[in-house]
Amino acid sequence: MTESGSTQATVQEIIAALKDKPGALLPILHGVQDALGYIPAGSVPDIATALNLSRAEVHGVISFYHYFRNTPPGKQTIHLCRAESCQAMGGRQLEEHVKAKLDIDFHETTADGKFSLEPVYCLGNCACSPAMQIGKEIYGRVTADSFDATIANTEASA
Amino acid sequence: MSITIYVPCDSSAVSLGAERVAKAIALEAAKRSIDINLVRNGSRGMYWLEPLVEVATAKGRIAYGPVQPGDVSGLFDAGFTEGGAHALSLGLTEEIDYFKKQQRLTFARIGKTDPISLTDYVANDGYRGLKNALSMTQANIVKAVTDSGLRGRGGAAFPTGIKWNTVLNAPSLQKYIICNADEGDSGTFSDRMVMEGDPFVLIEGMTIAGLAVDATQGYIYLRIEYPHAFEILSAAIATAYKEGYLGDNIQGSGKTFNLEVRLGAGAYVCGEETSLMESLEGKRGLVRFKPPLPAISGLFGKPTVVNNVISLASVPVILDKGGDYYRDFGMGRSRGTLPVQLAGNIKRPGLVELGFGLTLRELLYDFGGGSASGRPIRAVQVGGPLGAYLPEAQFDTPLDYEAFAANWTVLGHGGIVVFDDTVNMAQMARYSMEFCKIESCGKCTPCRIGSTRGVEVMDDIINGRNLEKNIPLLRDLCDTLLNGSLCALGGMTPYPVLSALNHFPEDFWVNA
Repeated sequence: MTESGSTQATVQEIIAALKDKPGALLPILHGVQDALGYIPAGSVPDIATALNLSRAEVHGVISFYHYFRNTPPGKQTIHLCRAESCQAMGGRQLEEHVKAKLDIDFHETTADGKFSLEPVYCLGNCACSPAMQIGKEIYGRVTADSFDATIANTEASA
Repeated sequence: MSITIYVPCDSSAVSLGAERVAKAIALEAAKRSIDINLVRNGSRGMYWLEPLVEVATAKGRIAYGPVQPGDVSGLFDAGFTEGGAHALSLGLTEEIDYFKKQQRLTFARIGKTDPISLTDYVANDGYRGLKNALSMTQANIVKAVTDSGLRGRGGAAFPTGIKWNTVLNAPSLQKYIICNADEGDSGTFSDRMVMEGDPFVLIEGMTIAGLAVDATQGYIYLRIEYPHAFEILSAAIATAYKEGYLGDNIQGSGKTFNLEVRLGAGAYVCGEETSLMESLEGKRGLVRFKPPLPAISGLFGKPTVVNNVISLASVPVILDKGGDYYRDFGMGRSRGTLPVQLAGNIKRPGLVELGFGLTLRELLYDFGGGSASGRPIRAVQVGGPLGAYLPEAQFDTPLDYEAFAANWTVLGHGGIVVFDDTVNMAQMARYSMEFCKIESCGKCTPCRIGSTRGVEVMDDIINGRNLEKNIPLLRDLCDTLLNGSLCALGGMTPYPVLSALNHFPEDFWVNA
């Protein structure tokens, strides 16, 4: 099967499993992004047809939510918290360090495709600020040094 | 006999290394042939001591912390499995001042029990509220909640009993209970702690709400940023179904309540109840006009109770011990307890559950121990990103919805973020506008355009450009946002902006 064929099969499988839930669109979009890492533009017509929506409506929902993306992410996505509690503990300086270290801005992916960087507005780890998340792992009291060490570890284990 | 050792599975504890500590303890015990029973509990909420390891002894649970994997072998050498002395020993957990001084009603079990053990839950007073509710009339369940004086803990502080009563009296074949678990406010984590540390209390609270108003379907709208909470909630819900606490015949009563967790997708505005319902229906999270109230026409156009996690998690103790018991805590019209969250630049961050009435100063210094940096505390933001900044002069405000409102401040969800004297309040005001710009749903003009203009005006002010014109312009813009926005996002962004300007003008009138 071709790559796009297998992507389409995955999307169809997710649609079939979830389309009868009330308010099925978000669960389906989560399913697709969990499986593929993003929501390919090519999957929009299939989702729209299954839910009796227009493609514009599906696109509108994808673009409304910060978490959904329509381009493939890097191997790992770093969610760095920008909210007040993290700022109170040096989050602004950490943000500068992270961007310089990875040589990218928010919503970008490193040239080698290893890391994507996304801002997040609170991880609920405010008692251990500043905080970040890589995949499902959450990190507290992050410093420039501990960030560098974490990145090195993640790269080594990837 | 095997020794019980507790290492939290709470995601903040894990963010500080609890997972590695748990592994190290299991390995070391195996190496030394010591028979241990490793329990992954919730957090006690004393985060400067996490990872906090506890050992069950004849005298009670003894705490050690903060423990790192490198400390584990030394702890075994010191005989910590018998409660032996060690530099990291903190004595009996429940005698630690920070914990001992609290009044834990909603958080009674959190940190004590294994979150996904239904046996633990029932053995520690769980499901007693539901048992009572099953033998009561719907009107009496609602009355108990009304009598307790419980007000919405999400921040709006609307009386929960009145909301339930409206839904109870709205005729419909289908009604819904929604738990708003989109805890997006910076400085708040009490919802997360409940969902990770005692998920059954939320399930029980929602089940009681369903019985009370005749709703057979519940949804927990959980933010995507809480993957650990999702796993723990999902496991607890599966167990509740298996043991007959959810489903078609709850505990043989013939009553039905089904529950599902739905994930958000990183939109702060979906914490607003009507936007949340749009999102649950599979749409863009645009805020709806009110009326109609969700209690009359909510999810899929049906009568719907939308309550915050803490509100719902407070219901079981109210139904167990009675509305009067709960109402006897607190002050004025703020009844019961509030789980306060101390965050940001504070020496002892964590969760403090107490009856309303303590002052901010007592929380910041007696509990919090002052700033983490050791520098003077300059400003405190209470109530999340839409809450006002309070200067030192307002630190004697008691935690009470009305006392806060009288100061033009908001208590909100009880999150307190502390800043030391290195903070630049003009930058914080700019950030508030920027946050509103990023998170605005775009439906109403004041919020959608006003926030963008707000960032521009703040940039001018920060760069010292034409302050005589721009500072009045900022006030004028805030007035438009405050009075013209459809929901609290645009309507309350002026709280942090104007409070920063009013209390810390020296950060705005620079280069003048």
